[in-house]
Amino acid sequence: MTAFRQSWQVSLRGIRVLVRNPAFLGITLTQPIIWLLLFGALFKAVTQIPGFDGGSYIDFLTPGIVVMLAVSSAGWTGMGLIEDINGGVMDRMLASPAWRGAPNAGLVAYAVLTIVLQSVLIVLLALVLGAHYTGGVGGVLLLILVAALLGAAFASLSNGVAVLARQRETLIGAVSFVLLPLTFLSAALMQQSLVPAWIRTVARFNPVNWAVQAGRSAAMQKIDWGLVGTRIGLLVAFALLSAMFATRAFTRYQRSL
Amino acid sequence: MEAAIEANQLCKTYPPAVTALDGLSLSVEAATIFGLLGPNGAGKSTTVRVLSTLTRPDSGSARVAGADVLADPVGVRRAIGMVGQKHGADPQATGRENLMLQGEFYGITGRELKARITQALERFDLTDVADRAAKTYSGGMQRRLDIAMGLLHKPRVLFLDEPTTGLDPEARVQMWHEIERLAAEERITVLLTTHYLEEADRLASQLAIIDRGRVVARGTPKDLKNELKGDTVQIELADAEDAGGHAGLLGRVGGLSEIELDGRTLRARAEDGGAAIPAVLAALEAHGVKATSVTLARPSLDDVYLRHAGRAFNQADSEHEEVAA
Repeated sequence: MTAFRQSWQVSLRGIRVLVRNPAFLGITLTQPIIWLLLFGALFKAVTQIPGFDGGSYIDFLTPGIVVMLAVSSAGWTGMGLIEDINGGVMDRMLASPAWRGAPNAGLVAYAVLTIVLQSVLIVLLALVLGAHYTGGVGGVLLLILVAALLGAAFASLSNGVAVLARQRETLIGAVSFVLLPLTFLSAALMQQSLVPAWIRTVARFNPVNWAVQAGRSAAMQKIDWGLVGTRIGLLVAFALLSAMFATRAFTRYQRSL
Repeated sequence: MEAAIEANQLCKTYPPAVTALDGLSLSVEAATIFGLLGPNGAGKSTTVRVLSTLTRPDSGSARVAGADVLADPVGVRRAIGMVGQKHGADPQATGRENLMLQGEFYGITGRELKARITQALERFDLTDVADRAAKTYSGGMQRRLDIAMGLLHKPRVLFLDEPTTGLDPEARVQMWHEIERLAAEERITVLLTTHYLEEADRLASQLAIIDRGRVVARGTPKDLKNELKGDTVQIELADAEDAGGHAGLLGRVGGLSEIELDGRTLRARAEDGGAAIPAVLAALEAHGVKATSVTLARPSLDDVYLRHAGRAFNQADSEHEEVAA
């Protein structure tokens, strides 16, 4: 209970910044819109490729954008930790009896919250643009769930890298390095049957692809429970592994002090 | 009665080979202000970090408020307040929100927390700015918020790591009053690190001078100064001619020792400087030597430091900066 309260206090710090900073809030909310419109326009021709069977371009792209934005948002989570380490907030927390997992858990929760908010926005905007949610409300909720799981995992990874590197530049580099390859090595923007075989192979091990497949199947198509179930299982495992990595990185950080 | 802080032979080396602590021991009596004095890089902050459980020592042991820092770190954390060199407040959050977060870290919640926050804001004169973001605070206000946060859970031991560094003189004096009050009225044990000699002199009832990771001298500021035995008499001669002869002249004046000549300046140690001055003046007069000034100085902590660390305080400071640079 105390652990939960303490983590929530950490999340609350992020939420306050979001709510009090009109510019920051504006960017957070505008980003999904721009992505959807931009990628939508850019990849409109995808539907013309012979062999494409994803329906309308907006139907195909919406789950991809939801997942891509989740990874991107979550990737920056560790920046808060680096600021806390440099500003002394971390020392103050570590000198108190507070639960050691609070910074990680609180920041991950905050990242998930942001992702849910952005995902809902994308889903609604896509609806306005004519998306067909074959899976209904339940399917959409599953799409948001996989985005949140993937986001939680990447938020933990970001926190782990942050406390190991303790430098903003390293984290910025890592996020920039990872985001596009992970997206391109998935079905986010392109149907898997239309990409080179090696990409298809790599994509099978790509958590971003698991989320895209599960989300697309649940929200936009006739839901394939086998596919959705296994992908959700894999994502849960990935999120747990990432949380373990963050915990170990944090322990290592404490030892290095 | 058990000491509030007890450290034995603490050692800490940071990779690759920076020795921060090299067998440091100290003992702090409860409800007193203990000063750790030393130049940058002497090991003051590392000592505080070990005692506040932020850093594990490589060897040695320490107990704070009855709990062992290695065996029972949570026991130590409950009993201590920590005000580090860095601010430690979330700049984006208001003063009130920072105090709230701090309280939650110690498991204080609800009405109790609200009451303590109101009290703390009043006590540290922050009520008017309580709902402004901490990043808009002046240096003095930020420091007061730091200390209010450090005291919110009513700790028995408070660590203050260079609490007045970067404050303007007025804010510094205000901070000194506040720190004196903590030990006198609230019976809190304060471990203060500083590299301001005057601050240690004024606040601490006991001092440890540390240099290169170990304690080189300890005692009350007064004892440490008395150890130097006497005052310094300094005479500026009108000209440097035959200054060596004048130095010999001083040697025949009773009660003076350690006579040194440095250009036109003659320096001597006197057991009782006040009594030595008439004799010095008479001796100079009798031999027709002209002096432009004669001054008397009580030993300062600077002299104490010079004696124990074998180099002047500022010199040690700049040496460290060179190493760091």
